[in-house]
Amino acid sequence: MSKGKVLLEVRDMAVSFGGVRAVDGLTFSVHEGEVLSVIGPNGAGKTSAFNCITGFYKPSRGSVTFDGTDITGKRPAVIAASGIARTFQNLRLFGDLTVLDNVRAGMHVRIRQNFLDAMLHTPRYWRGEDTAAEETHRWLDFVGMAYDRTTQIRNLPYGEQRRVEIARALARRPRMLLLDEPAAGLNHGEKDQLLDLMRRIAALGIAVVLIEHDMGLVMEVSERIVVLSYGREIADGTPAAIRSNPAVIEAYLGAEDEETRAEAERIAAEAGSRGTAEVEW
Amino acid sequence: MNDESTLRAGEKPSAYVSAVEEHTSVNTAPALKGAGISASSRSAIGGGISRFLASRWLGLGAAIAALALPLISSSTYVIQIAVDALIFVMLAVGLNIVVGYCGLLDLGYAAFFAIGAYTSGLLSTQFGWPLIATVPVVVVAAIVGGLLIGGPTLRLRSDYLAIVTLGFGEIIRITANNLDFTGGPNGLYGIPDFGDFGLRADIALYWITAVVVIAAVLFSSRLGRGRIGRAWRFVREDEDAAEAMGIHTYRVKFAAYIAGAIFGGVAGVLFAAHQTAISPPSFNFLWSALILMAVVLGGMASTPGVVVGALVISLLPELLRDAENWRYLLFGLLLIVFMIFRPQGLLPARTGEPGRRGRRAQEGAS
Amino acid sequence: MNHLQLVLSGLFVGSFYALVALGYSMVYGIIKLLNFAHGDLYMLGAFAGFIVLSVGAGALGGGFIALIAIMIVAMIATGGFGMLLERVAYRPLRSAPRLSVLITAVGASFALEYGIAVGFGPTPEVYPIGVQDGTLHIANAQITYAQLAMMAIAVTLMVALDTIVRKTRSGRAMRAISQDPKACLLMGVNVDRVISRTFFIGSALAGAAGVMAGAYYGKIDFLMGFIIGLKAFTAAVIGGIGNLRGAVLGAIVLGLLESFGGAYLGSEWRDVFAFCFLILFLTVRPTGLLGERVTERV
Repeated sequence: MSKGKVLLEVRDMAVSFGGVRAVDGLTFSVHEGEVLSVIGPNGAGKTSAFNCITGFYKPSRGSVTFDGTDITGKRPAVIAASGIARTFQNLRLFGDLTVLDNVRAGMHVRIRQNFLDAMLHTPRYWRGEDTAAEETHRWLDFVGMAYDRTTQIRNLPYGEQRRVEIARALARRPRMLLLDEPAAGLNHGEKDQLLDLMRRIAALGIAVVLIEHDMGLVMEVSERIVVLSYGREIADGTPAAIRSNPAVIEAYLGAEDEETRAEAERIAAEAGSRGTAEVEW
Repeated sequence: MNDESTLRAGEKPSAYVSAVEEHTSVNTAPALKGAGISASSRSAIGGGISRFLASRWLGLGAAIAALALPLISSSTYVIQIAVDALIFVMLAVGLNIVVGYCGLLDLGYAAFFAIGAYTSGLLSTQFGWPLIATVPVVVVAAIVGGLLIGGPTLRLRSDYLAIVTLGFGEIIRITANNLDFTGGPNGLYGIPDFGDFGLRADIALYWITAVVVIAAVLFSSRLGRGRIGRAWRFVREDEDAAEAMGIHTYRVKFAAYIAGAIFGGVAGVLFAAHQTAISPPSFNFLWSALILMAVVLGGMASTPGVVVGALVISLLPELLRDAENWRYLLFGLLLIVFMIFRPQGLLPARTGEPGRRGRRAQEGAS
Repeated sequence: MNHLQLVLSGLFVGSFYALVALGYSMVYGIIKLLNFAHGDLYMLGAFAGFIVLSVGAGALGGGFIALIAIMIVAMIATGGFGMLLERVAYRPLRSAPRLSVLITAVGASFALEYGIAVGFGPTPEVYPIGVQDGTLHIANAQITYAQLAMMAIAVTLMVALDTIVRKTRSGRAMRAISQDPKACLLMGVNVDRVISRTFFIGSALAGAAGVMAGAYYGKIDFLMGFIIGLKAFTAAVIGGIGNLRGAVLGAIVLGLLESFGGAYLGSEWRDVFAFCFLILFLTVRPTGLLGERVTERV
């Protein structure tokens, strides 16, 4: 079920590290405003694919097109400026800076201000800073960040840091948001809030691409799921279709091991009923 | 399926490794708990002091005091060391942009100081330019120097920049020493000042210096708070995350480096006017190191801290004469001690929201 | 222009650089720290030898045996000091931001230089050992026996280091830590001890070079390590920092470049030439001659 036109198109993308082909001929696309999950066993190349799309790795082959423009191998900053925002698997916030300043990072490319404005505090400077401050608070409200926003980020609990990272990415006002395991380390309640948050983000018309191991969350939120194994796409479809796809179960567990396969089926069943246990494959 | 298991091991570290990693991660709250308690109680005191120091009234008071100094004491000696100290303050706030805001270690900052002093010295003594007219040329020369060194090295890891700038400092000094038109080891002399405006010459220069330096302190502080200053800090904290937000980190680092170069160059003009004679030894590594110490000991990224640091380091020789080597030994040891026990410096940068934004922020939070 | 002579003096200078560059490169390879104080450890070695000579000048007599004895003492002293430096200044900052560690290293360099200036005075000291000079003529070039002997000592030390790093258990541990310190910790490698040992060996090599420089040039002073530290870094970068054989290669390349550059441009431009080359190298091939391209993972 795809809606809107194609926003991101990844074609035959590959990247390798010292002989290990992390991504090996990956092809998939993301449509405007959809919620898409990328799943796969550990080492399937999900994060590497994210890094290639966002410019942190240079793909050795293939192309990435965003909104009709070729962004293959461009600098991360250029790609970010073109409308793709991301979060990182192990939170990458600016630890010494305040919550507000962290979120302002997302607005950097939109604030119009030059050296002279900053040095002379021109009206344009104040206009820019005031709008930025207001918008910062709005995004923090949006993600439900209730702590003191003038404290250093490193003093916040983990779950709040996750929220701030998403707020920072949203402040970039992206057309597509890549979330790399946003539920990792969150408790039950926080996961429910995350689920709600992702739906509200999608409601803003932002396409959400999610890497996540919590199958319950994935099945609940995704409109479409792409399954990777060994750096390739092995399945693509609705959650229901993916759940019953034998190739997927095979990829996760290999065919030999009876016991773990039974485990996988149990997990799949549980995921179907929105199980919240984090599944470590 | 052995391959699969090695791949798994490759991507997702075991719980033990994660535990080790968490221990070093800046973002992980539990790892900070132990250190956090003592740090926060310490910074409560430091924070109070620096809040006081950062208040706009104190800055204004300091500026007025600096301007009023010749009215309080006009002895040649006082004016002499006060001009030295002010020039040193300017160098420190300039280097603070590079090291404090942007986190780039520049060990050859005296090179830009030398470029400024020599450019204006040459133009004024050899070509008879009035000193003020040399300033635009100095700015251009500092930018060119910054491009030459920053261009190749800012793309690399930050520690390479440190040692390349160290080499650059030496290149500039040795070049000035070897060339004939820069006066070789004797340097340049007879550099004019800006004019006396009907005042005693040294007092006129003092006021000009004071105005320039006050403006420099104000500008560097404001740059640090604005859009570009935030970008500098983002780059300092995490380059990848900054890139992911659309910040072109190479350009941002370049901007910091060039801004620092301009501050250094203009300080060099003041130095040339003040000394009337300049020679290569005035721009050796010792200078670069002392400026760095002012920034680090005062408090990186903290304008009041850096100004106080610069005043202390430049006025200390007047108090501790004949103990030069002891003093430098002490500075070296202090650098180590500070980095281990108080990396934020004497008067740390404030982390809250400044001025108008601060009030708004508090309302927003409640 | 006598090219053979230039090659010989280039090789001689290069062997000094190599001894210092090795320590630089070892420390960088293992904990990714640019130890700015490394050049000052070379200076410290020269002064350690100076103290031994001043105290026991009568007992030792002159000659190479004495020089080697002094060198061994100086190496142990400098190595020990290097370990102490790591323990006191660098270890507490192992998980601190890179900038803090770099600044600490600058502080250590400063403290060492001016500590010596306080102890011995800022004026140069005359080294109380000269090496007897005979000259060996090769074609139209010449090299003194002292130079040859020092090159021989340098080569011996380098071969010894190479053997240690490649063949011994602790050498293997060093290479392992440079790949992945965390994994080593988990595998039960005593990371602290290996890092200490690396500092000891690296500093001892610099100390040996210091003694040799003192004996060869006849004068030492508290700032003698500054320029050589920069040169050694340049050599390490040319060879590929972190790569030990690269450091030796880079040092020889740098020695030859300086020798020829100095001859053609005038010796007063030698240092400028060397540093310009450093900048050029970083622009064109930052990974050095033998370095590998590394993709840093996010």
